Amino acid sequence: MAALSRTVSSLSRRPQLQGLQSARQMSSLFGHVEPAPKDPILGVTEAFLADQSPDKVNVGGVRLPLRTPSSIPRSLAAGAYRDDNGKPLVLQCVREAERRIAGNLNMEYLPMGGSITMIEQSLKLAYGEDSEFIKDKKIAAVQALSGTGACRLFADFQKRFLPDSQIYIPTPTWSNHHNIWRDANVPQNKFTYYHPESRGLDFSGLMSDIKNAPDGSFFMLHACAHNPTGVDPTEEQWREISHLFKAKKHFPFFDMAYQGFASGDPERDAKAIRIFLEDGHQIGCAQSYAKNMGLYGQRVGCLSILCDDEKQAVAVKSQLQQLARPMYSNPPVHGALVVSIILNDPELKNLWLQEVKGMADRIIGMRTALKENLEKLGSPLSWEHITNQIGMFCYSGMTPEQVDRLTNEFHIYMTRNGRISMAGVTSGNVGYLANAIHEVTKPK
Amino acid sequence: MAPSHVQPGAPQEPSADRRLSTLVRHLLPSSPRRTAAEDSSATLESSPTMASQGCSVFAGLAQAPEDPILGVTVAFNKDPSPNKVNLGVGAYRTEEGKPLVLNVVRRAEQMLVNDPTRYKEYLPITGLADFNKLSAKLIFGADSPAIQENRVATVQCLSGTGSLRVGGEFLGRHYHERTIYIPQPTWGNHVKVFALSGLTVKTYRYYDPATRGLDLKGFLEDLSSAPTGAIVLLHACAHNPTGVDPTIDEWEQIRQLMRSKSMLPFFDSAYQGFASGNLDKDAQSVRMFVADGGELLMAQSYAKNMGLYGERVGALSIVCGSADVAGRVESQLKLVTRPMISSPPLHGASIVATILKDSEMYHEWTVELKAMADRIISMRQQLFDALKARGTPGDWSHIIKQIGMFTFTGLTSEQVAFMRQEYHIYMTSDGRISMAGLNAKNVNQLADAIHAAVTQLK
Repeated sequence: MAALSRTVSSLSRRPQLQGLQSARQMSSLFGHVEPAPKDPILGVTEAFLADQSPDKVNVGGVRLPLRTPSSIPRSLAAGAYRDDNGKPLVLQCVREAERRIAGNLNMEYLPMGGSITMIEQSLKLAYGEDSEFIKDKKIAAVQALSGTGACRLFADFQKRFLPDSQIYIPTPTWSNHHNIWRDANVPQNKFTYYHPESRGLDFSGLMSDIKNAPDGSFFMLHACAHNPTGVDPTEEQWREISHLFKAKKHFPFFDMAYQGFASGDPERDAKAIRIFLEDGHQIGCAQSYAKNMGLYGQRVGCLSILCDDEKQAVAVKSQLQQLARPMYSNPPVHGALVVSIILNDPELKNLWLQEVKGMADRIIGMRTALKENLEKLGSPLSWEHITNQIGMFCYSGMTPEQVDRLTNEFHIYMTRNGRISMAGVTSGNVGYLANAIHEVTKPK
Repeated sequence: MAPSHVQPGAPQEPSADRRLSTLVRHLLPSSPRRTAAEDSSATLESSPTMASQGCSVFAGLAQAPEDPILGVTVAFNKDPSPNKVNLGVGAYRTEEGKPLVLNVVRRAEQMLVNDPTRYKEYLPITGLADFNKLSAKLIFGADSPAIQENRVATVQCLSGTGSLRVGGEFLGRHYHERTIYIPQPTWGNHVKVFALSGLTVKTYRYYDPATRGLDLKGFLEDLSSAPTGAIVLLHACAHNPTGVDPTIDEWEQIRQLMRSKSMLPFFDSAYQGFASGNLDKDAQSVRMFVADGGELLMAQSYAKNMGLYGERVGALSIVCGSADVAGRVESQLKLVTRPMISSPPLHGASIVATILKDSEMYHEWTVELKAMADRIISMRQQLFDALKARGTPGDWSHIIKQIGMFTFTGLTSEQVAFMRQEYHIYMTSDGRISMAGLNAKNVNQLADAIHAAVTQLK
């Protein structure tokens, strides 16, 4: 026993360890692992952080790491909301909810399906306060790891129970959508969405692709504030899409990451979903509280699937839980507590509604300001799309070369597809931004 | 075109005609003169109750069985008996049978809430950097050469489950040997986690029912006949469900055999500090494997030892042969987690980091942790004494020999069912009881139940 103890302790002190380690370096079991490509969005942040210019502006919509140096004057990091001083914002209703939690509530495991009260409130937001589907218990719903987790659970569920199905994803979309369905091993197809020439919706292309898809196809639709274009169908267009879906028996899966954040009114932002529900569709829905409650890092969301009846909803929920268990067992409690405290308390809920409207209004205000500034500068181009588009992002229509000039000459950072995160625009930098955009886009 | 199929009472929108004709054009481009009324394929039903007419694409789906472990709590909750006892899930309970939030955790949480400069922004994909570094130090030791040489890639994950799954997925994609050997028995969720990661799951002998101890001979034999390079899951301490751990001698034999066959250790550490009451002692097995310079995976959980259960706090560390490999490995781990969760949750990791980086709070944690471990050790003794006092047939010394939160009682599933039925005692059907659920008030009820089960059902 003593000899063995000596062996054990000598292993940690032995000088030959060097030789052993070199041997290990050559024979690492992971020596063949390739470096992964850099994330196309996060790479923008890295460049931004390295830029020494005091004028630099980040409208890349990236997620900065938690420790953003305060020396960056107007941090436009977004993909996360910023206030008019360029600072991240914690909602008052959230702070109050956290005050109530700290010191009072325990941290026991949630059930596999997550917080029941959070789910109930989430369904009301998405399906309507008085939804008969909620009353009749026809909706299978589980708490998920924000929008990503909800989409992933749905993709895994789709793979397991409809293994021959595919998913139609709009062009363009949030890049992680492709990763999610790919990792779930669900084949992907693209459908037409954005119309570059008008910087709006390619509605006839969209309808054509819906029609040409085989009957019963699965489509992923952005419920509001399309990411990255900010281009949403009108209510009328949504109705036509819904009717065509009905005829084709397609399954609509809604990714709703911006309810309340788009127009400032959660009911209005859920209109597309409500139209589909009225038309009798079976739908799936991913909800996220990352933006509309500013809960980004808490990872709170909900996945729901409308079923024929209560029995089926119970079965579907049980199967969703079977997918969650080997991924994370049960979802995190803190963010769910924050959401349920806010939505269950009428005063806090009202405060939230005001605060989310405040965020949406500021962004809408910045859209107007940016457009007006460009017009005042005498830009001959049309900038209508800045105010036609909605939500956090604006697809400016600038070319990669123009974006590069913005970065190199003006220290303005955005993704090379010309996407501007409006959340990062402030009254302090909108003039500078407009000037720079005008400079790189004006005819020679 | 009269929209005759529009539901009575629905608002007659002026654009209804236009909508229908648009639709017909899309569906029947070659027959523009057909009307909706004539062509049934253009007929729409706008009934809001369509979903109730049984057209769900998931109509054939069966209800999943209850989870064998979490289902125990579900059944327990349904039981109306005032005397019911839940010995199912491994969640610590106080002497009063209440869940416990550690004082130091409450303090940390309060500090976070009171700090107005704190935001809730997304963490990086790999999680909270401080948390990752401190977690690696906690399990590998602050002076670990692997850490000092930057050979450790760590990503924050959703507690132990999340860490195991991310590690499994990584191996499924990047490791040449797709078989993982797990001990017999093991935590019920291990099989599913690794199967969904794309690995083939095999078992190695571990528990010897005859001795209620370790079957080292079987363990070593099974690993010897496993392929070179196979992945081997090891419980770092406080084996779940048996509570049977190898001694240091035995670990050394295991280590030598594994390294001689280039096998890849995948440690699951869910109970560091909870087993013996000492964090370093409970990490000895892991540190032996790091000390020999070799590579390994480590799934760490703070669910039990910091009582953070529902916050889902954990970390996956991969000890690599070089810093360069570790960098590449980390980049690939991000590709696994991004399409699962994008980035991990902030709250629990912030609490852990707050505690681990403050020496006074760290010390307070070790004191509270030891108190939990000590209470469990005391319950082991109380249960053993109670059975002895009743003269319950059989050797019950394993109750005090086994380590950690669980005791593998050796009860059969019939005996377990009997105890649930007659005595409202809930445990998993493999006879595993969570000692944390015991206290001075219910230990006699349990002893009575065991006694009855063992004497009435052979």
